[in-house]
Amino acid sequence: MLVSLLVVYVAITTLWPLARLFANALQPGEDGAWLGLMLTTLSSRSTLRALSGTLQTSVLSVVISTLLGVILAFAVSLLKLRARSALTFLILMPLIVPSQTMALAWIELLGAQSPILKPLGLAPPPGAANPLYSTGGIALVMGIEHMPLVFIAVRAALRALPADLVEAARIIGIPAGRIGRNIVLPIVMPAVLAGSLIAFTAAIGNFGVPALLGIPGRIPVLTTQIYQRLNGFGPAAAGQVATLALILTLMAALAIFSRNLVTKRFAVPLPAGAPFVPNRAAPAIEVLLWLAVLALSLVPLAALAMTALLPAVGVPFGADTVSLDQFRAVLGNDAVRRAFANSLLLSCVTALLCGLVSVPFAFLCIRRTNPVLKILDTAIEVPWVVPGTVVGLGMILAFLRPLPLIGVSIYGTMTILVVAYLARFLPLVLRPIVAAAQSADPSLDEAARVAGAGLARRILSVFFPGVLPAAVAGAVVIVMTALNELTVSSLLWSSGNETIGVMVFALQYEGNSTAAAAVALLSMLLVLVLVVIVSALGGWLPKRTLPWGE
Amino acid sequence: MSLPRLSLSAISKRFDSLWALNRVSLAIPDTAFLALLGPSGCGKTTLLRLIAGLEIPDQGKILFDDQVVAGDGAFVPPEKRGIGMVFQSYALWPTMTVRGNVEFGLKVAGLGARERERRIDDVLEVVGLHGLKDRRPHELSGGQRQRVALARSLAMRPKLILLDEPLANLDAHLREAMLAEFRRIHSLTDATFVFVTHDQDEAMAVATHVAVLDKGCLQQLGTPEDLYHRPASPMVARFIGRGRTLPVRVVGAQEGMNKVMLGEEMLELQGSAPVGDGWLCLHASDLQRVSGRGHLRTELVSQVFQNGAWLSHCLPTEIDGNVLGLPLPERLASGTPINLAISGGWVIERDGSTTTDRVVDVPARMVRAT
Repeated sequence: MLVSLLVVYVAITTLWPLARLFANALQPGEDGAWLGLMLTTLSSRSTLRALSGTLQTSVLSVVISTLLGVILAFAVSLLKLRARSALTFLILMPLIVPSQTMALAWIELLGAQSPILKPLGLAPPPGAANPLYSTGGIALVMGIEHMPLVFIAVRAALRALPADLVEAARIIGIPAGRIGRNIVLPIVMPAVLAGSLIAFTAAIGNFGVPALLGIPGRIPVLTTQIYQRLNGFGPAAAGQVATLALILTLMAALAIFSRNLVTKRFAVPLPAGAPFVPNRAAPAIEVLLWLAVLALSLVPLAALAMTALLPAVGVPFGADTVSLDQFRAVLGNDAVRRAFANSLLLSCVTALLCGLVSVPFAFLCIRRTNPVLKILDTAIEVPWVVPGTVVGLGMILAFLRPLPLIGVSIYGTMTILVVAYLARFLPLVLRPIVAAAQSADPSLDEAARVAGAGLARRILSVFFPGVLPAAVAGAVVIVMTALNELTVSSLLWSSGNETIGVMVFALQYEGNSTAAAAVALLSMLLVLVLVVIVSALGGWLPKRTLPWGE
Repeated sequence: MSLPRLSLSAISKRFDSLWALNRVSLAIPDTAFLALLGPSGCGKTTLLRLIAGLEIPDQGKILFDDQVVAGDGAFVPPEKRGIGMVFQSYALWPTMTVRGNVEFGLKVAGLGARERERRIDDVLEVVGLHGLKDRRPHELSGGQRQRVALARSLAMRPKLILLDEPLANLDAHLREAMLAEFRRIHSLTDATFVFVTHDQDEAMAVATHVAVLDKGCLQQLGTPEDLYHRPASPMVARFIGRGRTLPVRVVGAQEGMNKVMLGEEMLELQGSAPVGDGWLCLHASDLQRVSGRGHLRTELVSQVFQNGAWLSHCLPTEIDGNVLGLPLPERLASGTPINLAISGGWVIERDGSTTTDRVVDVPARMVRAT
């Protein structure tokens, strides 16, 4: 009974849209040739340009993410630092900042009107194109945005490194540099590769950065290509671009497959042991580290904030020009207010529903070895792992036509956004709940069973209280992520059903960059308030369920 | 040839508010095999890490020969101390082969390829791992990993080798075999070995000297026979060989002999106590059941069958004292009166003054009887 309800959930949100996507991508061409559509699309010049754009920007961004992530993880793990947790928070900050906000912030920082670089005489000359509107610019911003993914992987590997291995080397007189190169690096290498591959999947699926930098810079990538086609030709073009989505999916699948291969085949089993405690102080490096991290995380946001405090584009920043006009204007704007209300509602509803579904699902997954559940468990991960554009497109293909029985289409309503969000964000709450449930003692449930409690009662009074903290943590992560979602919403929004992400994108697209900055900043503040509230709950939540902090 | 004589003077180390080590002083001669013995949390591993240079003492000095390696404002980092260390977890580098693990230090030390090869062959021969050069650590058994860790230390030809509970992760059978190996390898090398263990049988079996630590204080440093027959403190007396102590009054002391009153009985036994209150330290082998009055009247509390005899717990009835254990051939009802004769023992002073603050120097004649 419970299992069939879950099957219905996954079928509606995930399996049906994916099936429609594949069917469309693999349909015969106009002349009826087998796989005709795919062959036509693949041989077109625009597809090849978009594909090479995606590959170039992604590979370059992965190089940047990996370099930054590895260097920062080594520095944070191996040096004695005074404010390690503050530094770690700043390093992980790009995870919390939505990609469109990130892109906007860097545009403001490096543009001709930069409120920070212009007074220093370092900004590009007026009228010159923003240097970020280029392949390198997209790669740089994506590289910084995805750096935390590498950082987290490498930092975890370094934390698991037993101190003995380093001490054993010191004792026989091996200098620090060689310990790092010949002992530590080979051990963490699989983690570096795994982190880079995650960064790669994130990069090929990124929409916010290439949309804000690549569209004005005329650098097409697959995600923006799909968006522009749908925007230009309407939902009827969905079938045509399904092939592009399929390419994205295959690339993501390949990256995930390689990552699993790397972690399984190349990782060596580590002996257990007390973790390494850094005791080497390096004040000069510490200062450099702070400067670099501030430049990466806070300086662009400062530029964004300063832009938002200006009354209009082009006004120099100064004590006499600062005003809250933009904030007043955007808050007075009905569409902006509606976007905030929509995003809040969407993210809260999604978090709540995902939480409700995840609890029984996790219960069943852990205790039953039903083959159907195994398949569902894998299927659930798909919408989060594949690019958001693929999910959005699948939703259009699945729900454009009127629903059977009711005869109305949910396309163009809030419902389709809810369904898409339910598919995409479920793993964010399911994973922490499953982790919490796995660490719990299975005999608790067995004891309840022996005491005569039925399934519903056991889930409610034994299982649920145990996983509640994990569920709350996961739900909060969903709210924070969904609040600023852009990729899926950009394909599914309709007039009256705008989200914050779509609003920021639209304002910037219209050239109203100060208003876009103000809206982006307000949404950032909203997220930060959430961070503060959740951090206050800190002790109650299970350790390391939140993406920031240590 | 001058080898390090390790000496510690008044070493203290504090972690937060806890004194892990409190004014520990000891000195051992060249080529000794020292076991640091004590219950868990007694500070023995901290002491080893201080000797290695992995921790810095808060007070006191550590000397290798005449060189101060820690204390007096000096600190020689571990890599400059010329020591070898075998970790409890073995700490083999997982990405390197057996050969790579042994070779890495030699390479960094700048040895030529031929010399490296010779040393690798030598040490692998010594530890008996010749055929396994190209295995990686996770492909080895626990005992083999242990040998690689030892080989890695030996290859650097250190003058001092530190072993941190090296046998804790091995099963009982393997442990005995490795103990014999350690003794053999120690006799093959000129190095001084320092070995941390919580298992007194291990310590007694392998060491020339044993230092007993308790709650961060050194209780006694001596040969295994010393600890067993001539404990310096009640803690050592009770810790080693299931020893028992009985309260006595010392009425006479001369030339290593004590006259003591055990209840109403006068006994003359070996001992170091001055006149006054004392402890009589006993082992089961010092007690015999007699049909007459004996020296001590007890009552049987319980029996367990162990090693082919009934280990019997007897509570003294006429004096205030703890339960004594001795093997008896037959099963008896609890409550049976049992009279005991005391044929040996060692008398120490009552007010528990320990040897913490004294430098316990072992005379050279106690060095290794090989």
